[in-house]
Amino acid sequence: MDWGTLQKVLGGVNKHSTSIGKIWLTVLFIFRVMILVVAAERVWGDEQSDFVCNTLQPGCKNVCYDYFFPISHIRLWALQLIFVSTPALLVAMHIAHRRHEKKRQLTSGEKVDIEELNKQKFHIQGPLWWTYTCSIFFRIIFEAVFMYVFYVLYDGYEMPRLLKCSVWPCPNTVDCFVSRPTEKTMFTIFMLSVSGICMLLNVAEICYLVIKFCMKAPRKPATLK
Amino acid sequence: MNWAGLYTVVSGVNRHSTAIGRIWLSVIFIFRIMVLVVAAESVWGDEKSAFTCNTQQPGCNSVCYDHFFPISHVRLWALQLILVTTPALLVAMHVAYQQHQEKKLLVLTGHGDTKHLEEVKKHKMRISGSLWWTYICSVIFRLLFEAVFMYIFYMIYPGYQMIRLVKCEAYPCPNTVDCFISRPTEKTIFTVFMLATSGICIILNMAELVYLVVRACARRAQRDSNPTSGKSSLYGHKLSPEYKQNEINQLLTEQDGSLKDMLRRNPGLQEKSDRCSAC
Repeated sequence: MDWGTLQKVLGGVNKHSTSIGKIWLTVLFIFRVMILVVAAERVWGDEQSDFVCNTLQPGCKNVCYDYFFPISHIRLWALQLIFVSTPALLVAMHIAHRRHEKKRQLTSGEKVDIEELNKQKFHIQGPLWWTYTCSIFFRIIFEAVFMYVFYVLYDGYEMPRLLKCSVWPCPNTVDCFVSRPTEKTMFTIFMLSVSGICMLLNVAEICYLVIKFCMKAPRKPATLK
Repeated sequence: MNWAGLYTVVSGVNRHSTAIGRIWLSVIFIFRIMVLVVAAESVWGDEKSAFTCNTQQPGCNSVCYDHFFPISHVRLWALQLILVTTPALLVAMHVAYQQHQEKKLLVLTGHGDTKHLEEVKKHKMRISGSLWWTYICSVIFRLLFEAVFMYIFYMIYPGYQMIRLVKCEAYPCPNTVDCFISRPTEKTIFTVFMLATSGICIILNMAELVYLVVRACARRAQRDSNPTSGKSSLYGHKLSPEYKQNEINQLLTEQDGSLKDMLRRNPGLQEKSDRCSAC
């Protein structure tokens, strides 16, 4: 079970998304998951082995690394991506439920092509609209929470070059040097901006859905005449 | 055979699960297996190479690591996830057996063309009769395995927090030696996360058990209040005299809900099964 399988699972939901939703999914998989797997993991690959402290005291390096990096950027991004993509499964479950209901209604009377039923696209209206809007809302919340967690854990988004550590068993204050700080800062800012773009896309999608809903509502009384 | 292969095998069972069962499967694959593969394995990747002891005595490092970590967290989680997902295969085997029986019945009653046989594969089995018992057993086994592994974790690693420092006296270490673990905070975070998802899965399994039992009781109550509906009770087919008759009736009495679905969809078969009291 890896990113490829997640992409397959979410790709199925893609069919029933709005166009903004499809753009969001593409941005997620190409600019975030792919960059994480192909580039960022290499940059952070030697984060602990190349974390050097100016001491011969055994254990000092481990303890200082653990003190300054409670959870690695890579893992935080992986968790963020998993959490941000899973609300789409709410929509998938709702659609599967609707399909199941339709099958139950139809098979009692008419003959129906099951394949066609499986391929049919559902319009985002009624209860599905609410599920879809909730899923986008959750996505925005998860993005914001993770961006905040990042900010709080690492005091801003810049990777420092030098850290001063005085945790036991380090004798006095010891200088510790982080490996590839500039490259890490660049990738952090990149992932942050793409995360911001994804949030903007989600906000735009919510606005689009709300506007579509409002435009449909006043039309209904006109058609009844 | 890797996690993707397991996913293919287990998601086939998904079709015949309840809604709670499907949610449980998604939680297992996305929040546990995926997090294990994508994140946890790299956190524990350097657990031995970055395990440092304050000594230059050769062998002390290895011995202390082995003393404090008899089995790594990631391996325990992998075993747990494999054992927890495999009871679903009991259900898969039972469904395959029932489908085989249905196909035999179709061939015997003269409807053995490919179209009908394909339809047998595609339709969803109702969880009733013996399949209900198999399903309940699989959910109980899942619960047992989860609980057992959580207990084993607690026994091997008292508390769920990863300590930063361990004091080791195993031979060949001279006296007591300080050993430092790599990334203890990140490991604690992931241990707590996996524990929380394990708890959520236990709750989902319990909810599924309750749902199945309540549904079965409601069905039985409906049958008892409508004795003329012609549907057999949970044990009725075993006690009916037709059970000892010819092979067609034997197949019919074993096929509970799925056969009734099939007969409902193919009225042409109805005349062949008129003699069966289970219908």
